[in-house]
Amino acid sequence: MADPGTAARPVPLHGWGRTAATPALLTPVHDDEGALALLAGRTPRGLLARGLARSYGDAAQNAGGGVLDMTASDRVLAVDLAAGEVEVEAGISLDRLMTLFVPMGLFVPVTAGTRYVTVGGAIAADIHGKNHHVAGSFAQHVRWLDLLTADGRVRRVGPERDADLFWATAGGMGLTGVILRARVRMKPIESSQVLVDTDRTPDLDSLMTLLSETDHLYDYSVAWIDCVATGRRMGRSVLTRGRFAARDELPAGKRTDPLRYSGPVRLSVPDVFPPGVLNVATVTAFNELWYRTSPRRRRGQLQGIPAFFHPLDGVGHWNRVYGPRGFVQYQFTVPFGQEEAMREALRRISHSGHASFLAVLKRFGAGNPGMLSYPSPGWTLALDIPVVTGLATLLDRLDELVLGAGGRIYLAKDSRLRRETFEQMYPRLEDFRAVRRRVDPDGVFTSDLARRLSL
Amino acid sequence: MIDALGSVGSLLLVGGTSDIAVATAHRYLRERPLRVVVAARDTPRRAAVAAELRSAGAAVEVVDFDADDPGSPARMVTAAAAGGDVDVALVAFGQLGDADRLRADSGAVAALAQVNFVAPTVVGTELAGLMRSQGHGVIVALSSVAGERPRASNFVYGSTKAGLDAFFSGLADSVVGTGVSVLVVRPGFVRTKMTEGMTAAPLATTPDAVAEAIVSGIRRGRHTVWVPGAMRWVMSALRHTPRAVFRRLPV
Repeated sequence: MADPGTAARPVPLHGWGRTAATPALLTPVHDDEGALALLAGRTPRGLLARGLARSYGDAAQNAGGGVLDMTASDRVLAVDLAAGEVEVEAGISLDRLMTLFVPMGLFVPVTAGTRYVTVGGAIAADIHGKNHHVAGSFAQHVRWLDLLTADGRVRRVGPERDADLFWATAGGMGLTGVILRARVRMKPIESSQVLVDTDRTPDLDSLMTLLSETDHLYDYSVAWIDCVATGRRMGRSVLTRGRFAARDELPAGKRTDPLRYSGPVRLSVPDVFPPGVLNVATVTAFNELWYRTSPRRRRGQLQGIPAFFHPLDGVGHWNRVYGPRGFVQYQFTVPFGQEEAMREALRRISHSGHASFLAVLKRFGAGNPGMLSYPSPGWTLALDIPVVTGLATLLDRLDELVLGAGGRIYLAKDSRLRRETFEQMYPRLEDFRAVRRRVDPDGVFTSDLARRLSL
Repeated sequence: MIDALGSVGSLLLVGGTSDIAVATAHRYLRERPLRVVVAARDTPRRAAVAAELRSAGAAVEVVDFDADDPGSPARMVTAAAAGGDVDVALVAFGQLGDADRLRADSGAVAALAQVNFVAPTVVGTELAGLMRSQGHGVIVALSSVAGERPRASNFVYGSTKAGLDAFFSGLADSVVGTGVSVLVVRPGFVRTKMTEGMTAAPLATTPDAVAEAIVSGIRRGRHTVWVPGAMRWVMSALRHTPRAVFRRLPV
């Protein structure tokens, strides 16, 4: 049994981008009683649940306050194979869900570019994946969740049960309470292999056209864009799209064990990189190699789940490559019809001299009722940029461009957005604040991100 | 919160009407709007500074602060924190004093030590307490090259700055691991209202240059900055000059 009095220790916490660390009392939470004890013993700096800390910025930090390490709550509570539903504790990772359930023919309904996120984190950030245009975001596959609110009650909420609180919690960045458990609708699969089509496109326009015309034919699609290339080659891309193969589509050798799955971390990056290893020269070389070695056009290639969905997960701690100053990820959307804004954003990034590799472009489908949920119909671009002098101003200007086009920034990636800009990007912010006032009038649940953006 | 790229959400200026404090606020406001708390005595100058920063885009709050009043620092810090976390606090008040008068008037010496040394240490202690509970924050203390090696022409001022410098340098080490950091700024001769009418010393600098050094020092996570940067090497040389030579130097 966890004793919060002895288990808690002040530690510096940061996100995946390794920027702006702040100390907090981090306590593992094993059960409801543990979470309730922390709630009862909270300090004026409040509390926040933290999962695997794959958000890039300060979303899972609470300077000077308490942080609940939810990864200690990672049990599977119930499985209904007929309905394809699993009931799990919030700290279980998508990685674990895949290891347990892919062999039973169930895949997670939505996965981010990493499978090292918890179910609680997936709901709190309402993550999306390569299938957003078909399946929406993670919260749309949650039947219900149990939420510990500031008054000490555990409330079961869902799209049909206190829908306001559910849709404030989905995408709510942990600010409505602690997600303890959830029932998730999984995706039935016949095999663990993905049939992948790959296309190289010479520029951004041809990529967007191809996506607009053919995206609906695939369950999963995403494009990697070379954000260093300029001029006519600006926006040259490698587009990969696919769907899970049916059992009879597999070659004979794989049919005997079609749901075989393993997703290991093959090697880990040591923490020895000085700043500036990823610069324009190295990234240009990398991008050139990536583009040239990708097939111009390939159809029906079989790939495993890790290779198709989580290529970077094979390398542990890859964020260390950016050195001690860390990096930011800039991810934004613009609605359909604002392609010119996307072009302009890409032009500014390409010409800025700030190296970015592995920028990804995706076409979103319809959004959901989540008050702070990020996806909305249109285009989304995500890129990693090392922290360098002058970046703050470049990104502030990009924010204005994105806002002007009716777009927004993804909070799970953000570490530097301005409050005033944020408020204009999320029109349902006041609804979110109203729900939060109802369930947490004193603002017990808070985070560095919440303080920075005055959420 | 200071964000991933070093942008600041709120700035507390203790001695908020000083030229360097105002320049620092303007330097930050050139990047983004932010909350600025101006802590100073209730004077027309304070109202003017508040109005000036407001028109530059700041959300300005005004708080009373008097370096001669022992109870003032605690009240000031509480009042400044009432509106939200303090990300950066600049301890910018201080006086030069009249060197001739300070040679003979012990009352004037005590008063200068109160304003330049005692009050800043009390303010620093209060700020460190606030920021430790916040789990984040940067305290910037305005020291001076005069504290590096006090010289005959203004040794009283120099000695108060030496004490201040030692206090905040030690404070910096004591808060490691708490999320709080301290930046000690050592400018040379700065052309401000405090030095108005004086002949500028070599390597003289401006409030804007000091502000620039403060902002970039915070961004880079520095603990000490010299303004201009060359001052570091000049003072290092002066520090190691034999006394017999040093006291004859025209500095």
